[in-house]
Amino acid sequence: MPSDRRTVRVPLMKLCLARSGDKGDTANIGVIARSEAIYEWILEHLTPAFVKRHFDDVCQGEVERFELPNLLAVNFLLHRSLGGGGTLSLLLDAQGKTYAQYLLAAEVEVPEGLIHADSRDAHQHEQRHV
Amino acid sequence: MKRIVIANCGGFWGDDPAAPRRQVEGGPIDYLVMDYLAEVTMAILQKQRARHPETGYPADFLSHLRDVLPTCAQRGIRIITNAGGVNPLGCRAAVEALARDLGIADRVKVGLVVGDDLFGSLDGLLSSGEPLTNMDTGQALSEIRARVLSANAYIGAAGIVKALEQGANVIITGRVADAAVTLAPMVHEFGWSPTDWDHLASGVVAGHIIECGTQCTGGNFTDWPLVNTYRKIGFPLVEVEEDGSFVVTKHPNTGGMVSVHTVAEQIVYEIGPPAYVTPDVVARFDSVRLAQEGPDRVKVTGARGEPAPAKLKVSISYHAGWRAFGRLLVSGPEALAKANKVAEAFWDAAGGRGSYDQALHQFVGWNACHAPLASCEPGEVLVQFAVRDHDERKINSRFAPQIVPRVLGTVPGITYIADQGRPRASEVVAFWPALVARESVAQRVIVGEDDSAI
Repeated sequence: MPSDRRTVRVPLMKLCLARSGDKGDTANIGVIARSEAIYEWILEHLTPAFVKRHFDDVCQGEVERFELPNLLAVNFLLHRSLGGGGTLSLLLDAQGKTYAQYLLAAEVEVPEGLIHADSRDAHQHEQRHV
Repeated sequence: MKRIVIANCGGFWGDDPAAPRRQVEGGPIDYLVMDYLAEVTMAILQKQRARHPETGYPADFLSHLRDVLPTCAQRGIRIITNAGGVNPLGCRAAVEALARDLGIADRVKVGLVVGDDLFGSLDGLLSSGEPLTNMDTGQALSEIRARVLSANAYIGAAGIVKALEQGANVIITGRVADAAVTLAPMVHEFGWSPTDWDHLASGVVAGHIIECGTQCTGGNFTDWPLVNTYRKIGFPLVEVEEDGSFVVTKHPNTGGMVSVHTVAEQIVYEIGPPAYVTPDVVARFDSVRLAQEGPDRVKVTGARGEPAPAKLKVSISYHAGWRAFGRLLVSGPEALAKANKVAEAFWDAAGGRGSYDQALHQFVGWNACHAPLASCEPGEVLVQFAVRDHDERKINSRFAPQIVPRVLGTVPGITYIADQGRPRASEVVAFWPALVARESVAQRVIVGEDDSAI
C-alpha cells in the first residue's frame, strides 16, 4: 500500500489540544488542531455525531459544533450533559472540566502522514509520555 | 506609542491569596483587576446582608487589599474589582477604614459603580412590563418569584471608565461583565468611543483570556509535560497598545508558560458560538490572530467587533431545594462488585432512590467524571452517594444516617472517610438567566461626594 494511504490508530490527543467547561447544563469542549492539515481532518471527521457517541452516557441533548479557523479550532456544545448543571447537579464533575481529557483519549484512525507532519509540540508530548 | 499593562490576580473568589502581591511586586503594572463574583456568590451575599446590613461583599477582598494597597497607592497602580458584591457602599466604608488604618487615606480615592442590583426592584420591573422570562426554558419568572435570592444585571465598562476619569484609584463595582474590568482601563487610556467595535472587541478578548487567571499561563493545559513547573505559577498580564493589539505574558521568574496553545485553549474555554456577547460589544472570537512573539509572550491582533446587544443579561438566583453527599471507600479485590453490593444495600436502607427528587451514586476512581478509561478493574473505588430533594428533613433523617452503617453491615474491605462525619443537607441555589432593557438598569457612579448617572 502506498504510504499516503496507510492509516494508524492514535488517541485524539496526538492530533489536538482541548479544554472543557460549563454554561449551565451545557458543557463546552474547545478543540484545537496541532496543524492545518489536522484541522482539515477535524472538520471532516470530528463531527457532532462523533462527539455525541463518545459522550453517550452523559449527553442527553444535541451536540453543536462551531468553527474558529483562525485558531485551527472547533467548539462543541454538549447540551443537557451536566446533570442539571452547576449547583443543581449531583455529578462529581458538575462543570464538565474533565470532558476535554476524555475526548482526547478517544482513539481515531488517521492517515499516517497526518501524524508525521504534526507539530513539534505533539512530538514532545509523545516523548515525555512514553 | 502609549502602552498599558493590566494584571489579573485571580480567576475566582478563593483563588491563590498570594496572587495580588505577586502581581504588584513582580514587575511594572498600571492596573490590577480582581474578580470575586461567581454566580452563586450573589445569593450568599444577599443572605449575609439580610442578617447583617453592613456585610454583603467578599471580606477576603480587604485582606488582599491590605497586602497591596500601600504599594499601589505609591506607584500609581489603579485597582478595579467587582468586590462590591451586593453592598458596594459597605465595601467602600471598609476600604476607606483600611486606608486610614494604613495611614494612606489621602492617597486612596474610591470610586463606586452601582445599579446592577435589581433584587429590590424586581416587582417594579415585572409590573412595568419586563417579563424576565427564562432565556433557556421560556418559563415566566412568576413560577419562582417567591424563591428568588438575588437578581443582578451584567453591566458594561462605562461606569468604571467614568470613575477612572474622575480620578478614582480603587474602583469597586457589583456585578459587571467579567471582561469589563479589563476593557475599562483601555477605553479610559486610549479614548476609544462606545461604537469603536473592533477596539472594544479587542479589550473583551483580552479580558476573556485573563479572567480565569492562570488558565492562560499554563494551568489546565493539554500539553502539561511542556510546563516546566507549576510552582509560583505566574498570573497573567496583558500589555495593550493604542490600536487594541496586546501581548499576553507573565512576570519573570514565575512558573507556568504562555504559548499560542495556552492562550488558544483559554479563548475557547466556556464559550458558545464564536460571536461572544457582552454588554459593550459582540466580540468575534473567530477573528483574532495569535503569534508567539518571544518566550512566554503571545501577541494577539485582528479582533473584530459587532454592535452591542440591545438588552442586558440578568442573572437571578433562587432556592431550588436541598442536597447532600456521602462517601464510602471500597477496596479490592473485586472492588467494583463489592461497591455495587454496597450501593444496593445503601439505597434500600435510605428508602429507595425513587423516594428523592434526584438520587445517584458514582464510583470515584472508575466512572465518576466520565465513562471508564481504565481497561482493568480499579484497586479501590470511592462510592459517592448523592441526593437532591425539596424536603431538607427527609435528607437529614433518611439519607444522612444510612451512610456509615454500611461499613459494618455490608462487604469486607470497606471503610469510611475519617473527616467526613454524618452528611447534612445544604441549600441548592439555581440560576435563572433573563434579559432586561438597558433603560431599566439605572447605573450610577459615585466618587467622593460626586454621584452621577451613566
